[in-house]
Amino acid sequence: MLRFFHQLGSPKHFYRIAGSWIPWLAAACAVLMLYGLYQGMVVAPTDYQQGDSYRIMFIHVPSAWMSLFIYVVMAAAGAIGLIWHMKLAEVIAISSAPIGASFTFLALITGSIWGKPMWGTWWVWDARLTSELILLFLYLGVMALYGAIDDKRTAARATAILAIVGVVNIPIIHYSVEWWNTLHQGPTVTKFGAPSIDIRMLIPLLVMAVAFKLFYVLVVLMRARLEVLERERNARWVRELVEAS
Amino acid sequence: MGGYAAYVWSSYAIALVVLVANVMVPIIQRRKLLARLARRQRRERRQP
Repeated sequence: MLRFFHQLGSPKHFYRIAGSWIPWLAAACAVLMLYGLYQGMVVAPTDYQQGDSYRIMFIHVPSAWMSLFIYVVMAAAGAIGLIWHMKLAEVIAISSAPIGASFTFLALITGSIWGKPMWGTWWVWDARLTSELILLFLYLGVMALYGAIDDKRTAARATAILAIVGVVNIPIIHYSVEWWNTLHQGPTVTKFGAPSIDIRMLIPLLVMAVAFKLFYVLVVLMRARLEVLERERNARWVRELVEAS
Repeated sequence: MGGYAAYVWSSYAIALVVLVANVMVPIIQRRKLLARLARRQRRERRQP
């Protein structure tokens, strides 16, 4: 086990191991998404208040969860890179940013599309919505900062600091519906006691959440492999790999 | 879909586009990167 982690730290082995995981992750993710879609669109009953519009939740809620989860992973990986100078952590941090931005965008846009028929407006400057929008700007800032600095290791350090400072926004997003009187509804799944949601609605929600998590792992590994290739372009194993391709 | 079809399906369509783009971008970038590195190595071989 220890040897496994040691090898994972070496770019060459990371590239190989991640490459062998990708097809399995893609297959598992596709199966889960299709199953979640079937459960969400066919099996789950119509909501007594929101009608069928609530089905947007099956992508909105997992996207929003992922937007927070990926940010925490990115900041933690950035911190590990900053403290222990672990190159792989830097790579994971920067590879996470575009995926996190994608999920944040999805959470915002699907929320907006749901908000139009339910609230009668595409957007309100409510605490939950505004803090999630700031999260999107944080992701975009991380990506822009990384792109603006030529030396990759300097860029990784700078972006890690930005990402860590931005973590302050995460609890604000999470607790916004409790701290402020928001138009956005409070939690129905994570609140204490039994979730106040029908089991046939809960299943597709959780299946989609797992599928999105696998999707993140899949894409972050794909991106990280590229970043490793680029950074290690002078290493012999990359040269051999390029020759062979 | 009880009158909400346009809202529901447009949400799912946007999600599909975003997810597919996330998978396609690294695949395309990988092809470009390998081509760029191959060019660089050919150049280096010609003038050592």
